Amino acid sequence: MSIFSNLSAEQFETIGQELDAIRNREMADLGEEDATYIRTLIKRQRRLEIAGRGLLMAGFLPPAWLAGVACLSASKILDNMEIGHNVMHGQYDWMGDPAINSKVFDWDNTCTNTAWKQTHNFEHHTFTNVLDKDHDIGYGILRMSEDQEWEPRFLFNPILAGILATFFQHFVAVQSLKLEDYLIYKTKTKEEVKAEFKPTWKKMRKQLVKDYLLFPALAGPFAPFVFAGNMAANVARNLWSSQVIYNGHFPEEVEQFPESVIENETRGQWYVRQLLGSANFEGGRLMHVMSGNLSFQIEHHLFPDLPAHRYARIAPEVRAICEKHGLPYNTGSFVKQSLSVWKRIFKLSLPNKSKDDSGKGPLNGLRAKVVSLTREPQSETRKAA
Amino acid sequence: MNAMTQTSSRFQQGLTRLLQSRVADILSYPHGVDRYLEVFNPLWSVNEVRAKVEAVRYLTNDSVTLTLRPNHNWEGFIPGQFVQLSVTIDGKRQTRCYSPANSLHRADGCIELTAKVHANGFVSRHLREQLSVGDVVILSQADGEFALPEERPEQVLLISGGSGITPVMSMLRTLCDEGFSGPITFLHYANSAADMIYASELDEIARAHDNVTLVRCFNNEGEQGELSGLFSREHLYIAAPEFAQATTFLCGPPPMMAAVEKVWEEDGLAERLHKEQFTLAAPQIESDSAEGEVRFVQSEKMAINNGATLLEQAESAGLTPESGCRMGICHACTCRKTAGDVRDIRTGEITSGEEDIQICISVPVGTVTLDI
Repeated sequence: MSIFSNLSAEQFETIGQELDAIRNREMADLGEEDATYIRTLIKRQRRLEIAGRGLLMAGFLPPAWLAGVACLSASKILDNMEIGHNVMHGQYDWMGDPAINSKVFDWDNTCTNTAWKQTHNFEHHTFTNVLDKDHDIGYGILRMSEDQEWEPRFLFNPILAGILATFFQHFVAVQSLKLEDYLIYKTKTKEEVKAEFKPTWKKMRKQLVKDYLLFPALAGPFAPFVFAGNMAANVARNLWSSQVIYNGHFPEEVEQFPESVIENETRGQWYVRQLLGSANFEGGRLMHVMSGNLSFQIEHHLFPDLPAHRYARIAPEVRAICEKHGLPYNTGSFVKQSLSVWKRIFKLSLPNKSKDDSGKGPLNGLRAKVVSLTREPQSETRKAA
Repeated sequence: MNAMTQTSSRFQQGLTRLLQSRVADILSYPHGVDRYLEVFNPLWSVNEVRAKVEAVRYLTNDSVTLTLRPNHNWEGFIPGQFVQLSVTIDGKRQTRCYSPANSLHRADGCIELTAKVHANGFVSRHLREQLSVGDVVILSQADGEFALPEERPEQVLLISGGSGITPVMSMLRTLCDEGFSGPITFLHYANSAADMIYASELDEIARAHDNVTLVRCFNNEGEQGELSGLFSREHLYIAAPEFAQATTFLCGPPPMMAAVEKVWEEDGLAERLHKEQFTLAAPQIESDSAEGEVRFVQSEKMAINNGATLLEQAESAGLTPESGCRMGICHACTCRKTAGDVRDIRTGEITSGEEDIQICISVPVGTVTLDI
């Protein structure tokens, strides 16, 4: 039974106030430190990219190829995670620098800024782990919840998860199309898909031309080395970022929620849902930077527009709040969380064990409780942000 | 030497063309070439104007004069025009408008900006106290209707007050460098001699050029100027009796400008008066008469209308809307008003309904809804 059901309206309210206090304090403190941090990081990423692309030009020498792939992979990971993901969340909009602004910034990735902000910033962050609302639960490809009805295609769950990870940037790029609605559920027409794909294709094409035509062409006879190097860097980024993201929401103890939970949800309840629906993983400074500080997925989900380098600092406070209110704070090593995720992927490739449970997971009990909670008096209705 | 400069400038042109090419665009996609160039040198850019601070001087106790060397994207200016200068203060980009005061014919290609430092002047204080030689600032291209006509007038009257001296200083310096022989009267208002920016240079110019008449007018008692007190028609008769024949350029604080404009209007000369509103007249905040509320839809916030500009009200409500010049010039703050009436504090004009407005110069008249 979910802890969500055991909290009273007052407890939700208190948790909300305590977390708001952290948020307000940190937001009021934004300044030089944050600006210097992101500017320095951007500079390092651009240098890595220039170095990586330069080294790959000499990619016929194995050490240069390996070093080039390492630099370019690191550059793409930094660009997408600690820079792109966080800048597009608006974490640095207050700086007033158009080059570091969520409205303008675009990343070295086939997904467009606009599509990302729709599927990620809005859908995923608002409806985190709410079944049928948060498309990140399986990306329309995987079965990631017991409450997702089993279909024969999910027998391939682990293989599909591997494919998703390998081509992650492309799947994320077309995520907003909800392709499964066209391919499997037939609720969407080909024409609709085509029209929606247009802006995505425009960006995809440019990215593909850059990595697989122009840069290889610059190397003349050594083009195949550059081609292979760019592909290796893209795949390395895909595998890493997808695992980081899986670890944030799919370790086994992380909760998922029925759609009814968001009706009249209070800010306190929203906070608690974010807490229960996210998981952290531990590591050193480098691990945190390379994962875009999504190693602090819990803090990120509580405060998505707070500069991410601050999460490490506030994590102990968030953890203390969880302990005080008896809420779980899901964390562990990167390996532990990854294994837990893959266990879930394998487990859910088969139908749920008990017949009674088939298609109805542990959410059932919660559903009833949520309905009763959301019928609390008017003061409970969600406050303005 | 000459051949070498030619080769290097041809090389630079070629490089610029290459960096602006479609190929460079795709290779640097999606960030753009500039984002990579700036890694090597903050002044390198194919599109943006950035400038290095060559000198910082303090001509008076409450001003700062910057000599800036812009990169090659700078397209030059017409005397009288302004630029937007952006600096980063505590991590946040701040933009203000300043008029270059230098001559168009300045040999070293630098531009000179002078800012008056107000006690609460957030940006001007930063310029005076923090900015140092070697720093890099961001500039816009020059803009503005207030400009010396290409066909120089026969007779010129320049009237300025306080820091409004900068655009007319540029006009004076330019005309003198060109060997302009028509009569120029430079009528300037300051609180005291010590407050007067460019005082000694103006002295020298007036001495060296017979056609330049310098008339200084100080407001404080006991100051040694040609005139004293605030602008009046009498001043004009003494300083520039032939003002009706001159082309006049005016820049100064709003009350002084209003007084000058009145004379020109009364005499039916309004067409011969060119003017630059240098500082924006503060909106007359009548919090008693301000009514309604300001609703910020996207951020789900609301404020009781206090009569200040919508930009200020948004900021005090904790929002950080984009903004730039804060005087209705740069359009950085333009956003959608979905309902309500606003008054333009420059013109007093009231507009209503759904429209894009510049929130830095709009005050709400009753309840207003903004899509920010």
